[in-house]
This record gives sequence, C-alpha cells and structure tokens, in this order.
Amino acid sequence: MAAETPTSTLAHLVDRFARLAASMFGDVTPRAMVLLGTLLVLLLIAPWLINDYLLTVLIVVLYFAFTGQAWNIMMGFAGQLSLGHAIYAGLGGYIAAALFARFGVAPWLGFIAVIPVAAACGATIGFLAFRFRVAGVYFAILTIAFAEFARIGFDHLDFVNASAGLFLPVAQYSHNDLWHLRGNPTMFYYVILTAAALVFVLCRALLKSRVGYCWLAIREDEQAARAVGIDSFRYKMAAVMISAVITSFAGVFYAFFYNNLFPEQVFNISRSIEMILGPIIGGIGTLFGPILGAFVLTGLAEALNATLAALGFDLPGAKQVFYGVCLLLVVVALPDGVWPWLARLIGVEEGRR
Amino acid sequence: MNALLSLQGVSKRFRGLVAVDAVSFDVAAKELFAIIGPNGAGKTTLFNMIAGAIPPDEGSISFAGEPIGSLPPDAICRRGIGRTFQIVRPFPALTVEDNVIVGALLHSRDVGNARASARELLRRLDLFDQRNRIAATLTLPDRKRLEVARALATEPKLLLLDEVMAGLRPTESDRMVAILRTLNRDSGLTIVLIEHVMRAVMALASNVLVLDHGIAIAQGKPEAIVRDPAVVKSYLGAEPV
Amino acid sequence: MPIDVYLNVTVAGILTGLVYGLMALGLSVIFGVVRVVNFAHGEMMSIAMYLTVLLFSSLNLDPLVMLVPIAAVLFVFGYALQAGLINPFINRPEHSQFLLLVALALIIVNTLLIVFGPDARTVQTSYAFDSFQVGVLIVDATKLYAGAAAIVVAALLFAFFRFAPLGRAIRACADNYAGALVVGLNVKRLYALTFGIGAACVGAAGVMMTLIVDVTPIIGPTYTLLAFVIVITGGLGSMAGALLGGLLIGVTEALAGLLFTPSAKSMFAFAILVLVLLFRPQGILGRRSI
Repeated sequence: MAAETPTSTLAHLVDRFARLAASMFGDVTPRAMVLLGTLLVLLLIAPWLINDYLLTVLIVVLYFAFTGQAWNIMMGFAGQLSLGHAIYAGLGGYIAAALFARFGVAPWLGFIAVIPVAAACGATIGFLAFRFRVAGVYFAILTIAFAEFARIGFDHLDFVNASAGLFLPVAQYSHNDLWHLRGNPTMFYYVILTAAALVFVLCRALLKSRVGYCWLAIREDEQAARAVGIDSFRYKMAAVMISAVITSFAGVFYAFFYNNLFPEQVFNISRSIEMILGPIIGGIGTLFGPILGAFVLTGLAEALNATLAALGFDLPGAKQVFYGVCLLLVVVALPDGVWPWLARLIGVEEGRR
Repeated sequence: MNALLSLQGVSKRFRGLVAVDAVSFDVAAKELFAIIGPNGAGKTTLFNMIAGAIPPDEGSISFAGEPIGSLPPDAICRRGIGRTFQIVRPFPALTVEDNVIVGALLHSRDVGNARASARELLRRLDLFDQRNRIAATLTLPDRKRLEVARALATEPKLLLLDEVMAGLRPTESDRMVAILRTLNRDSGLTIVLIEHVMRAVMALASNVLVLDHGIAIAQGKPEAIVRDPAVVKSYLGAEPV
Repeated sequence: MPIDVYLNVTVAGILTGLVYGLMALGLSVIFGVVRVVNFAHGEMMSIAMYLTVLLFSSLNLDPLVMLVPIAAVLFVFGYALQAGLINPFINRPEHSQFLLLVALALIIVNTLLIVFGPDARTVQTSYAFDSFQVGVLIVDATKLYAGAAAIVVAALLFAFFRFAPLGRAIRACADNYAGALVVGLNVKRLYALTFGIGAACVGAAGVMMTLIVDVTPIIGPTYTLLAFVIVITGGLGSMAGALLGGLLIGVTEALAGLLFTPSAKSMFAFAILVLVLLFRPQGILGRRSI
C-alpha cells in the first residue's frame, strides 16, 4: 500500500465531505440551494445591517427556529404530539444556570451535565408513554402534566430560589466571553444562529439516515412498520430523547441570554405552545417549516406590538391572542402549514416526502 | 418431520367468541401452502397470531424449531417471517422506493445498500418505473405488489400473504401468481397464503388447509380438497372449480 | 392534628369536588359523544366566571340566581363553536381538532387578560363568611350552596340523558356514529347540541366556582388540565365517573393542601393522572356508555 501523504489524506477527506454533502443535499433543487444560500448569507451579515432591537428580534426568531426543529423531530418525524416540551428547556436552563451561579461552571460544561438529565427525562416520559400505550392526545396530556409537575416542583425548590427566581450574575464585561456566554447581543446572535444551522443539518442528516426512514415509517403506520422488523419502541424513544436534549440546549441559551429564570414562566404551558407554533404554522414534518414558521410568527408578532405601541395601546397578551389566531387560521385553512403551500408556489418542493 | 412453521392446538377467543379453535398444521420449507374458508373463519386471526400482532390464547407456534408465540411483530419479522395485510397498508406519504427501502433496511448496512436492494426488488415486481410515485397515488394492484415488495425486502424465509389477490382482475392475479411461483422456485421462499380466489389456489398451492368457524375442517392436496364434501358444503358450493 | 380538622377539610374537598365533577361532566359529555378533546374547557369556565363577576358587580345579583342565564350563554357559545368551527372539519386528524381548541384557549385566556387585567376578582356575596355547624363539622355556606347546586345540575343532566328523547338520541350518536346517521339522526346538529350542553355544564360550574375561588385570567389552563385529570381518572365517557373523579380530586387536593403546602396540591392530581394513564387508562368507571 502506498504511504499516506498529507495531500492524499486531504484529498481523501475532501472527497468524503463532498460525498456526504451530496448525499444530504443531492436531491435539493438548484433553486432551493440558491434560496438557502441567500438566506444564510443574509443571516451571517445581519448584525451589520440592523440595529440592536431588530437583532434581538432575530435572536428570538432563531431561538424558535431552533426549538421548533427539535420539536419537529418528535412530531414531524416520529409522529408523537408533545405539548410539554418546555420541561426540557426549563431543566436545561435551570441546571446550567444553577451550576454557573453557584459554582461558576461555564454553560458549555453545564450543558454536558444537562444532557443526561434531559435524556433521562425524555426517556421517562417516552417509556411511560410507549410501554403503556399512551398515545395521541393522551400522550399530549401526559406531557403537559409532566411540565406542570416540574413547574410546581421548581416553584418550591430552594436550591434554585424557588418562585423568587434564579438570577445570573451580570457583571460588567468589557469583552464578549463566549465560554461563559456573557456579552452583547451580537455574540448571542451568532451562537443561536450556529445552533439553528447545526440542528438544520442534523435534521437533514437524520431524515436521510436509517433512523429517519424508520421514524417516517412509524409515523405513517406503526403496525406496518413493526411488520417489516422495525422496533418502534426503540425508535420512538430515540426521537423523544434526541428532541429532549436539543431542546434542553435552547434552555441553556435562554437562561444565559435573559439572565433570569422563574419556574412560573419557564415551565409554563405557554412556552410549550410557543415552541410548537412555528412548526405547525410553518409545516410539520418539513425541514423548512419550523424555520419559516419562526420567522413569520415572530416577525408578525413584533410588527403587531410595534403597531400597537405606535397607536398608544399597551396590551399585554395581544401577542398571544395573535398567536392563537394564527394557529387557528393555519389549522383551519392550511393544515399542512404555510411552507408546503409556499414551496409549491415558488417551485422548491421539499423532496418526495 | 422438520416443518418450517408448525402450529399445535392454537386457539383464540374474543370475549366469548371463539375465532380460532385448536388449529394445528405444519408448513414444510419451500412449500406453497394455502388457507381457505368462508369469511369470518378465523384465517386472518390465525395470521395475526403467527405474525405476532396478537397472542394466542392456547397452543404453540414454532418457526424453524423455535417457539414464537409470545414474540412481538418486529421480532417475528427479524426471525424471518414477512407478511402483507388484508387491507393494504403501504406507507402512504412515502414514495414506492422509500417504502421498500424501509423493509430493506432490516438487512442492509446503510441506506445506500438498502436502496440498491429495493431497486432490485422493484424491478422484479415490475414497479421500478413507478419508484418515485407517492404510494397513496398507486392503483390497488400496484399497492398490493408494493406491499409484497416491501415484505420481501426484509428477506423472509416465510411469507404470509393475506388475500393478496383480492380486488385484482384475472390478468393481474395471474401476474401475481407468476411472481410468487418464481420467488418460490428461485429463492426457495416458503409462502403461506390466505385466498378466496380459487383459481390462484389451484395454480399455486401444494397443500391446502380449510378453515370454517375457526375449526380446521380439511387439509390436503388441492385436488382432494375441492372434492371433499365438507369443504364443498361449507365453502365451495357444488360448481366445479 | 385533631380529627375534626381532617373532617372539615374532607367535607370542604367533597363540596369543591362536586363542582369539579360538574365541570368534568361537561368535558365527559363532549368527549364521550363528539369525541372532541376540548382543550379550551377550563377557559370556557373562566368566561363564565368573569361573566358572573361582571354581573355581580354591576347588578348585584347573586351568582346562583345567574346560574341559568350564564349557563345559557355558554350553551350558545358551545353550540356555535361546534357548528361553526368543529363540525366542518370533522374528518380531520385528531390532533388537528386538539390544536384548534388549543388555539381557542390561547385566544380566550389572553383576551380575558386584555379586557380584565391580571388582578384577581372576587364575588363577595352576603353570605360569603357564613358557615353552618353540625357537631364538629363547620361547613362554609358558599361551598355548601355550590356543592348543592352542582348536585342539582348533575341530576338534571343524568335525567336528560336517560329519559329525554333528545338525550337518548345523543347517546345513540355516541354509541354508533354510522348507525345514527343511518336511522336518520341529524348527527351534526346533535353534536352541536351536545357541545352546547357540555359548555352549559362548565358554565354552571364556573358560576358556582366563583363562590369558592378568586378569578384571574390564567386559571383557565389549570382547570382544563384538572378537568382532564378528573375525566381520565373517573373514566372517559362515564358521567358517573366524572363526578366520582371530581370528588376524588377535590378531596385529594384538600387533604394535600392540608398535609403539605397548599400550592403543591395540583402535583397530586398529576401524580394520579400519571398512575391512571399507566395502570388503568380506561379510568375507574371507564366504559363507553353515557
């Protein structure tokens, strides 16, 4: 065998990467690639184009694009309706924040501690649900109950300051500290942008993999899937746990961005519902749906707020009413979500699924 | 005798109704075995027990010498038993090719290999040209062939076909018969089929079991079965087949 | 703790539980017949509660007097909801309807927040601080009246479904949708009526509840969840189960509030829910009859 030179190793790596990219994006139409590329470029240079307020709005958009995709793994791919996803974000936020506030542990290390907890929580819910045949709407109610349980529990947990809330030290930093996630909005923006992009790539990879096929089969017809040898329990558990861990990272981000956590807010069912609005409005089971949904929803909500403020109204709850109306309209008129309809319109249909 | 599939005294009750009553039979390897009988005779229930969808109340089911009566459906498939459903159940939103890939993933290392196997099977079952169509848009005969392809993708040693000819025109069912015969002859695939279409049963089966109200009333070669008075009385009627 | 404290708390729990039961009864009827998971159930109750508060403060009418009109308003609301928003989409997948009602719940809660603000409202009747004493038992007048009213309404409902022709038609729908269509029942209209009845139930429960608790916009979701816990525990589709579940949860909550901290009492309801979903998903009295 010929000796491995640096160039041949590099060529080999490039070849592997190219093959991977081709397999993941090979069936994406050129038009879609252009769209995707443009979006990415715009997002990358956004901090130079817009002011801090709009940047914060974009951060919220990307946050929901991130959590939306994580939830989409469960619902859109594996077909399990969870309405208690806030529990994972809450756990992630609280654990990482408590470790930082009490012991100065950096959030990235804190996240490593969060992973097994989130996975275990997801595994518990999944195990209870799937072993005991709790499905459909009952499963949704079970997830709500767990989140509520966590909310009340943390409300009484003195280690994290119970209902008075956990606050992160906000010292005056002269520079961005990525390791401790202390800094200006631009730093947070790139963190969440990277995270959202990574999840997007991950979802794409998952969908094209063996796991993705099995998930789709289970979603379509679980009994038929089992008849061709798919251990549906295992795959559903995997979906729940992966979704849980990813969502928990969102919680870590949330904690360090907003610097305070209240059980009443963090585990509230409104958080769970906010997480699902993006994917539902955008389109469950699609790759772009959650992202589009996040943009549309948050964008319009901010526009609404701005309009109301300009007209002199201060209506707390107006945004939620708006969310409710959007959800209602989508469920009634565009049950598959906005993205499939839009995609057909501009000719970038998302593959044959 | 070394039967591939063996049922001994298998029974199933549904809240007082006896669906299957102490049925016993053996299926030898590479055999083409048919189960016939009037509607409600318990044939699909029998299949569901073999395939692990429901547990038998009594009796034992063994496959390749191992008991399988208490295994779940996915474990049974992994042991080497594939099945189709009486009412076709392809994965509706997936393409034809993706449907078969799902089955092929059981024995393939990765999606690429699975896709190759899937395409091979689609060619054999005459569905290759439609591989990119969404399963829900297929005609019934095509969906039936798709379900067979998907089951075959799991590389079964035994295939359970539940009324796979139902709803097919004679030309289509002849085509299906030819495919099944080829599979049996070339790959040594053992096939157990529930059938009402006697034309197909006569053309395919080497051994027939007749079920009526959950009881096995006759078993034997097809020519003998069609002349059996009990079978004629309960199911076939006096017209020559 | 002396035994009479337990006794009093238990009795209070029973009375509150009766109101819970009535609320859950509405949900049971809706789900049992129309098979719609009414995720806006508690929110509908909060509408009734706010109506009560409003009418009380402006007209000074006792809530129990307003029971019938407010229940009627909720009936119309429920009927319109089913007829207008749910019936047309009856063939959609299950989670579609669920999300529709989630959306509605969101809209209701926040509209109430906008209109009435986050502060708690109460209904201070003339007998708000009265109580009856029977031996060692001290029973709040408000709770007693609420509980009694709940029993009356529940009894009326049972009678309706057992004896009234309309009630039996509705039960037929529940048992066999296709069969009901075949014998010529206007199923969609019956669905709308049923939803209206369920809404009226929850409306009545809401009126009674104002005698017991303070009203804020955000109690809607809590009661929705509670209603589900009760219905699932008692048994889906069983009216008696809903009442039984209500009593069970009412007493559990009261005792939990006594033995642990009051704010943690819902945790026990959820624990019960999880246990029921795991080990007896059909609930205590679960069967599909109404």
